[in-house]
Amino acid sequence: MTSAPTKPSEHLNIVIVGHVDHGKSTLLGRLYADTGSLPDGKLEKVQAICRQQGKEFEYAFLFDAFLEEQEQGITIDTARTFFIWKGRQYIIIDAPGHKEFLKNMISGAARAEAALLLIDALEGVKEQSKKHGYLLSLLGVRQFAVVVNKMDLVGYRQDVFDGIEKEYREFLSQFGATPETVIPVSAKLGDNIANRSQAMAWYQGPTVLETLSLFKKETARTEQALRFPIQDVYKFDARRIITGRITAGRLKIGDHLVFSPSNKRANIRSVEAFNIEPAPTGAEAGQSVGITLDEQIFVERGEVATHQDELPLVSTAFRANLFWLGRRPLEKGRTYLLRVATKEVDCEVAAIHRIIDTMQLDQQQDSTSVARNQVAELTLRTKAPVAFDLSSSFESTGRFVLVDDYDISGGGIVTEMVHDDQELLREEARRRDFAWVKGEVGNEARAQQYGHRAAIVLVTGGRHAGKSFLAKKLEARLVADGRHAYLLDGENLRRGLDADLSSAERNHTTEMARRYGEVARLLIDTGLIVVSTTNPFGMGYTEAVQAIRTLVHPAPVIAVHMSKTPEEVPPDTDIVLAGPTDFDDSTERIVDELKRRGVLAHAIGAKPTFQYSI
Amino acid sequence: MKHLRQLEDQSVYILREAYKHFDNLAMLWSMGKDSTVLLWLARKAFFGHVPFPLLHVDTSYKIPAMIEYRDRLAREWHLNLVVGQNKEALAAGMNHTLGRVTCCTALKTNGLKQLLEQKGYTGVILGVRADEEGTRAKERYFSPRDKHGDWDFRDQPPELWDQFKTTFPPGTHIRIHPLLDWTEINIWEYIKLENIPFIDLYLDKGDGTRYRSLGCAPCTMPIQSKAKNVDDIIEELRHTTVAERSGRAQDEGRGMELLRKDGYM
Repeated sequence: MTSAPTKPSEHLNIVIVGHVDHGKSTLLGRLYADTGSLPDGKLEKVQAICRQQGKEFEYAFLFDAFLEEQEQGITIDTARTFFIWKGRQYIIIDAPGHKEFLKNMISGAARAEAALLLIDALEGVKEQSKKHGYLLSLLGVRQFAVVVNKMDLVGYRQDVFDGIEKEYREFLSQFGATPETVIPVSAKLGDNIANRSQAMAWYQGPTVLETLSLFKKETARTEQALRFPIQDVYKFDARRIITGRITAGRLKIGDHLVFSPSNKRANIRSVEAFNIEPAPTGAEAGQSVGITLDEQIFVERGEVATHQDELPLVSTAFRANLFWLGRRPLEKGRTYLLRVATKEVDCEVAAIHRIIDTMQLDQQQDSTSVARNQVAELTLRTKAPVAFDLSSSFESTGRFVLVDDYDISGGGIVTEMVHDDQELLREEARRRDFAWVKGEVGNEARAQQYGHRAAIVLVTGGRHAGKSFLAKKLEARLVADGRHAYLLDGENLRRGLDADLSSAERNHTTEMARRYGEVARLLIDTGLIVVSTTNPFGMGYTEAVQAIRTLVHPAPVIAVHMSKTPEEVPPDTDIVLAGPTDFDDSTERIVDELKRRGVLAHAIGAKPTFQYSI
Repeated sequence: MKHLRQLEDQSVYILREAYKHFDNLAMLWSMGKDSTVLLWLARKAFFGHVPFPLLHVDTSYKIPAMIEYRDRLAREWHLNLVVGQNKEALAAGMNHTLGRVTCCTALKTNGLKQLLEQKGYTGVILGVRADEEGTRAKERYFSPRDKHGDWDFRDQPPELWDQFKTTFPPGTHIRIHPLLDWTEINIWEYIKLENIPFIDLYLDKGDGTRYRSLGCAPCTMPIQSKAKNVDDIIEELRHTTVAERSGRAQDEGRGMELLRKDGYM
């Protein structure tokens, strides 16, 4: 059988996984030989070397030989090989290396569109076979076939094959995985690889080669809802180009985009490209693109752009299945860097629910750590809200890696969103932002008119630290400078807006925080710089800052913390004032920070210029 | 064409990841077909700009036409070109007659290491392809190198989905390989598709020979070929059973494996 080297119309990435010595190289050698993909004379040459050395020829030697004799033909290496069959180029990713086997297998499988999973008929279903099956599923490789090899060593017996098929299918069904087919083969003798086996007339299914051509090229992602994680924002010239890879769905000029978790919104003005005439008007899943927006909004790497009717989930916690590859075990309570699509954020392992023993999937286990090469179910809690999806809905925004020290040490899929304490407030803010009726005047127009952008300066700290005094001083200074500032004192809300709340409701601070946020958001929408303290809330200042950030999002919050004693500062505090004695100096620092952040323009009047856009 | 666009999308994504994560980033450009495609992809990724310097390690033995081509594109495309040279070794008379691996190590590997050290680059982008030869097939997209530029190919970081290794201990650097999935034919198909200006040493100009892989003049031999344009090259590659780098002397034996372990590109 030979195939002329024609131009392939399609490419498919395949990974071959299986326990060491279950015959991966032999299967690969056989596939190449039987499809005529070897360079001229290669087979004969290796056979001659074997005769000369007095050893029996094996198809696996074809690849060993390639390593030594790279002057021959297209380079074929066990890490990645190519062959063309019936108009399709197969890129076969092998996973060699005994020591780092699982790490390599996972790296290989992560970029595969389909897999062949080898099981040795003589040995039967082993721990490794189960682990590989489970990991393929976890990695999102949905198309795979099970190849039961070395059938010649069990006398080509159907009952042996049936037993393995039954046991393995039952195992796979526990996590909802279904192989395309299960094929009995002898890679060594060529049974059911490219040619139908005479010795196994009882098997009526496809050969390995036929199975490969049954694997489909994945196209479904373009039909999903839009997921466009932002990779970077470029300002090489006048354009502000938002770049990234569309991981699901499509976008086009004029589309209204929502960025999560910030909830900022704008329309697509253009799809930017280099050396493409005429310029594109849209793009779809898989493409690395750049777009510009019709409004100057500040969005950054890690946010996910979608259409408004199909938003991603946003939370600070989720439940996940994870495999761990780290040099040291994953530990409960420890902090790791989480990467979901392009978002990077610190996270804590809040709970390890169980270690999944791949021999017996239902086995429960209490644990505070996950060892290398183990799979676990756990809950992760992030320092800041993250946009993500369940992996069952969206592949790329539903999976993540954990970085320990400098290394990617684990990978996993999101199985469930965990509701966090900010969720109600976040939902409130999101609903309000989308429903908000807007006048004709945009934020940018107000900023140009006023010489500053809207923002909230929030002074936090313990009792009697001088928060109110500083807030009043700052308000006075800003107004004296010609800015539009207003001191929002929570005490005023407590007496008025919150007067209808019962004392029980006043103790349940969420509603008070919500009302405060609503008023602050209203003032911000008028273009004011709101100055405030966290005094009115019953909650601790760290929680209060978080709640206010959530509620006024995406308006910038400039957090100032005052303390007379060393104490823990809320995360993302911009200015820390330790025991301020000089309030003029403190006010100056805040004004400088407002300039640095681009809230205050450098000149008021004819044409204000902002140092930084926000 | 669809496959070429997929390769392009992946390479552009990798280039943008590199640019985002490394403050001190540079790209190697040898003026050959691969690194010129890489340069073109950078212009795609950054909308006509190349926001990092291009490094050329000049052994002084390059074919003169390559240097002319280099300087012309650098001018036309406004490139920030940084040329490095192991002047000490050249002054001491290093050349290929002293041994090819010895010469490559001194003028290319060490020339590169000197350049990286002088400039303190923490990320270096290279146009390495997996199908070129065996050791390159084992590469990752983001491949760490230790303080001595060494590569531990037996213990490489996992690459999951589009997540790459971008953090590393001080004193080390990362080699970035956006072209890993491309084949030789893909490179030429893409040159044709995008109409990328390439050096005409790759074409037969009447004497029935052309270069298939470019390197230093004494160690790179032209092949017998009547390919006079890109279409001819693509057609020839579809039917050849001769390895791309067969004209490159340093690949003989285990030469390349030894060279690359030490930090060769």
